[in-house]
Amino acid sequence: MLKINNLHANINGKEILRGINLEIKAGEVHAIMGPNGSGKSTLASVIAGKEDFEVTEGSVVLNGEDLSDFAPEVRAHKGVFLSFQYPIEIPGVTVTNFIKTAINETRKAQGMAELPAKEMLQLIREKADLLEIDRKFLSRSLNEGFSGGEKKRNEIFQMAMLEPQLAILDETDSGLDIDALKVVANGVNKLKSEDNAILLITHYQRLLDYIVPDFVHVLYNGKIVKSGGKELAYELEEKGYDWLK
Amino acid sequence: MELKEKLVSSFLAFENKGNIDLDSTVHALRLKAIQNFEKVGFPTKRDEEWKYTSLNPLLKLDFSLFPNAEKSVGFKNIEAYLINDIESYTLIFIDGVFSSFMSETTHEDCDVCVLSSALARPKYKMIIDNYLNTIANKNNSLSELNTAFVKEGAFINIPKNTIVPKPIQIINFSTGSEKEVLLQPRNLIVVGENSHVQIIERHQNLSKNTTLTNSVTEIFVHKRAIVDYYKIQNDTDESSLIDSTFISQKQQSVASVSTFSFGGKITRNNLEFYHEGENITSNLNGISILNDKQHVDNHTLVDHKSPNCESHELYKGIYADKSVGVFNGKVIVRQAAQKTNAFQQNNSILIDDGATINSKPQLEIFADDVKCSHGCTIGQLDESALFYMQSRGIPKKEAKALLLYAFANDVVEKIKIPQLKSLISKLIAKKLNVQLGFEL
Repeated sequence: MLKINNLHANINGKEILRGINLEIKAGEVHAIMGPNGSGKSTLASVIAGKEDFEVTEGSVVLNGEDLSDFAPEVRAHKGVFLSFQYPIEIPGVTVTNFIKTAINETRKAQGMAELPAKEMLQLIREKADLLEIDRKFLSRSLNEGFSGGEKKRNEIFQMAMLEPQLAILDETDSGLDIDALKVVANGVNKLKSEDNAILLITHYQRLLDYIVPDFVHVLYNGKIVKSGGKELAYELEEKGYDWLK
Repeated sequence: MELKEKLVSSFLAFENKGNIDLDSTVHALRLKAIQNFEKVGFPTKRDEEWKYTSLNPLLKLDFSLFPNAEKSVGFKNIEAYLINDIESYTLIFIDGVFSSFMSETTHEDCDVCVLSSALARPKYKMIIDNYLNTIANKNNSLSELNTAFVKEGAFINIPKNTIVPKPIQIINFSTGSEKEVLLQPRNLIVVGENSHVQIIERHQNLSKNTTLTNSVTEIFVHKRAIVDYYKIQNDTDESSLIDSTFISQKQQSVASVSTFSFGGKITRNNLEFYHEGENITSNLNGISILNDKQHVDNHTLVDHKSPNCESHELYKGIYADKSVGVFNGKVIVRQAAQKTNAFQQNNSILIDDGATINSKPQLEIFADDVKCSHGCTIGQLDESALFYMQSRGIPKKEAKALLLYAFANDVVEKIKIPQLKSLISKLIAKKLNVQLGFEL
């Protein structure tokens, strides 16, 4: 589904990604771990199309299509979803209105009619229940005054609504207490299918107890220095990253 | 002939034309005012208060001072500019002339009618004598000019203990019956003790011709009265507006003025609040969304003269293309005005490199036990917020519009008439050129 070939990316002339190769197939869960500053969040942003980064070499290919020239919204329409480490607050736009706009813009881009209001409401309720989100929460301004946990839950709620092919979860576990983590992980697990894939970006092995990866990759200094199964995460937890340098 | 000369030389003819039955006090006011105007003339950029706004391009034009009203204007021509989905009193003026058949006035529990009739009737002499031109700023030569030709406008007189059951819409239309038209509406609004009124004011040019409106409104808010005043400024590119609004508040009254500036060539708002009692609240809100070469200048003054009063001022601006915004917010806290709470905010977003905002907070504080703050931000759209929305499939243009909506939202939220709130939301969406699937 996703193929990253020799990906190099700069920000303000500084090279952050130095040749990443990664293949993710439908139905798989991959985790990328690594110390601070290794380029994890950059990789997530580059896949989603953030324009601050300049791709100098290599490519990101989704379902055989090179994404390089596509704006972030086009990538979203093609099935890429990025759950943000720090979701943005948008006062005055409710969670419901925001997700409605996102869904209908995506449908428009895919040549589909807008989702009828009744179906939209039904879908919103169903997905909110999945993530144990209070209905009242849906009429609040997007992320405004949300706790860290609420923000992350809201990110996964949006993922549930948009049903992406490839979901990248950037530090989704940070700011979550254990109960919230369980709810979020449970939501993600229910969304997992044979047709989609998940890329987890995390510091800690904790999240991986709840969302079990098929593959774990260690990112260091802009390169994947080691790949393995889920046991690699435990090894990292125990030994730290120094032994890989 | 220059506009000033033309105005001064037309004065006698105006005075002699069919107003002989007017009370002598009004004649005296007019005479004094034209003398003042003749002395001072139109403001120039040399005046500190007019540093960023030039009227020069307008003053060269050959304005018709007393336009003939276009008789063929019917309700269907003006319908679009009225809020129709609410019950309201309406005062419709066409080229400065009151249109009684399109308006809905009342004399039942309160007077919602026109100044020309109030000026002519002995019944209202006391009110005219006590209020007319008593708080209009005599140093404002444009306000003096308006006074010199005072004749027509809204006259709203609410006795004490009266809740006006529906909002009042005051709409001044110009029809372009002549190439360049000068209009000078004058509104007098007196709200008695414990009374409550909501007023919406709008100026609308129905043609492609040029209109300059020099409007003056005096509002008197008595003890514990509540006034909500909304100004919709969304006129054509050929229309300019100079609006001077003066508000005098007595103790425990609440007066709120919200100014929505989305259109017009040059718009200048002089908004002045004078406190005459304790525990007064004044709210000043504004949104300017400008593009092309539009120019909006908001000059506000809150004069805190008594203790325990508060003022809350929030002006937001979104400037695109080569548009220019000016914000000059003056707050005076006099020595007697202890325990004053005065807050002022002016936030602006510049969308394009050619756009300008001149923001000048001006606090003059002579009392020592007060809470005053002012904040001024000038920024651009938050790129990370744009990326966030794009990553959810919302195209950049819509994402920008949503962010701008969000930026203006806290002012929109303050609108107390739901139908007006929805109209303003729609005007904002139109101005930002987006179709959003929902209303805020």
